[in-house]
Amino acid sequence: MSGVRLLVGTRKGAFVLSSDGRRRDWRVEGPLFAGWEVFHAKGSPAEPNRIFASLSKGWFGQVIQRSDDGGRSWEPIGNDFAYGAGPGNHLWYDGSERPFEFTRIWQFHPSREDPDVVLAGAEDAAIFRSEDGGRNWSELTSLRASTGSGWQPGAGGLCLHTIVSNPSDPAQLRIAISAAGVFGSEDAGQSWKPMNRGLQSEYIPDPDAEIGHCVHRIASHPEHPEVLFMQKHWDVMRSDDGGSNWYEISGNLPSDFGFALGVHAHEPETVFVVPITSDSEHFPPEGRLRVYRSRSGGNDWEPLTRGLPQENCYVNVLRSAMSLDDLDPCGVYFGTTAGQVYASADDGDSWTELVRDLPAVLSVEVQTLP
Amino acid sequence: MIRVRLPEQLRTLAGVGKEVWVEVEGEVTLGGVIDAIESSYPMLRGTIRNPATGRRRPFIRFFIAEEDYSNLGPEEPLPATLSGGREVLMVVGAIAGG
Repeated sequence: MSGVRLLVGTRKGAFVLSSDGRRRDWRVEGPLFAGWEVFHAKGSPAEPNRIFASLSKGWFGQVIQRSDDGGRSWEPIGNDFAYGAGPGNHLWYDGSERPFEFTRIWQFHPSREDPDVVLAGAEDAAIFRSEDGGRNWSELTSLRASTGSGWQPGAGGLCLHTIVSNPSDPAQLRIAISAAGVFGSEDAGQSWKPMNRGLQSEYIPDPDAEIGHCVHRIASHPEHPEVLFMQKHWDVMRSDDGGSNWYEISGNLPSDFGFALGVHAHEPETVFVVPITSDSEHFPPEGRLRVYRSRSGGNDWEPLTRGLPQENCYVNVLRSAMSLDDLDPCGVYFGTTAGQVYASADDGDSWTELVRDLPAVLSVEVQTLP
Repeated sequence: MIRVRLPEQLRTLAGVGKEVWVEVEGEVTLGGVIDAIESSYPMLRGTIRNPATGRRRPFIRFFIAEEDYSNLGPEEPLPATLSGGREVLMVVGAIAGG
């Protein structure tokens, strides 16, 4: 029988939650790397027992660890993320110039075909590639060279937090940077262009600027890579042309602010978001934790509440803290800043609290295992 | 052999107890001790000094017998009392908490 494994990164270590394909009984293991912030842990689709994890701490910087046995043992791998040629500076919050400086990896994007190939999104925003399983990293410098001198951080840092690739054309990449926006490459990262047409951000001086939008998350369905969904700082957006043009699909959401977003494994028009009240109130509207699902690709959203706290709930769900498995019905998972991990094994209709009282959850990645 | 006391988070990462022993050839310097730590415990590479600049991370300091050696150059000699573990080199992280 197939199984699922959840890789949960938290402020104080990583946890591994596992179950068989029924997804009723769960085993919780951890903390791994106790005391370290685990921004992301992600398995390789090509070799699921290979897992990459980024650990960081203000005192000690960042280290990268890799497991080749499904998380039972780990070894340090390459941690030299040297910025190559390109602009030396980006903009700081006050508009002054500030040098690009590596802080941590926010996201790994392992290749679907080759377990040794992996992309990594960094803070300060840059994209790195490894072809030897993470032992050596090279920056794809043309991303920063394009417009990097004009990038400015969001409150969470100048981070490249999302990488999306086209399964049928791995050279086609879309990435998102806070607070610069979406950028696309058609040649495996050798050249990039901003892809933010249609975004309107009233809180920046030029609301429809080419760059400067605070994109929180983008996602696509593997069979329809031309359709992209976006949770922006405010607004839920959609593109039907691979990111060239965006339009709003917030529809009847109680708030279109939020961080997390996911696309159903088998239904390309089914999308999940977790509305958050506002940029200053990072908790669900009315203290009710609701996942919203659209089965029509946006605009028409239904609240999913069964099993989720519907009073006095003031948690947040961060941008990397939602993931969906490949089983049928599709499993949906998310973690909160109060340390709960919720799961649905029925397309989001009902939810179970798998674990509570973990450290604040930074990332959730699910692996569907054979 | 040099005795080094590591902060809790680095012990967790390296899977070691409070102190480790490392071999340093020739004159004992901060740079030499950190080289030896990173050689014996590769998972700690870059955690004590920034790998890009070689500089001590700002929230870390070095003490020997209650004396602060944090601003000693990486090539300057440390006290001879470190040899054989008579004294311990403390790698101290800034205190976190309220």
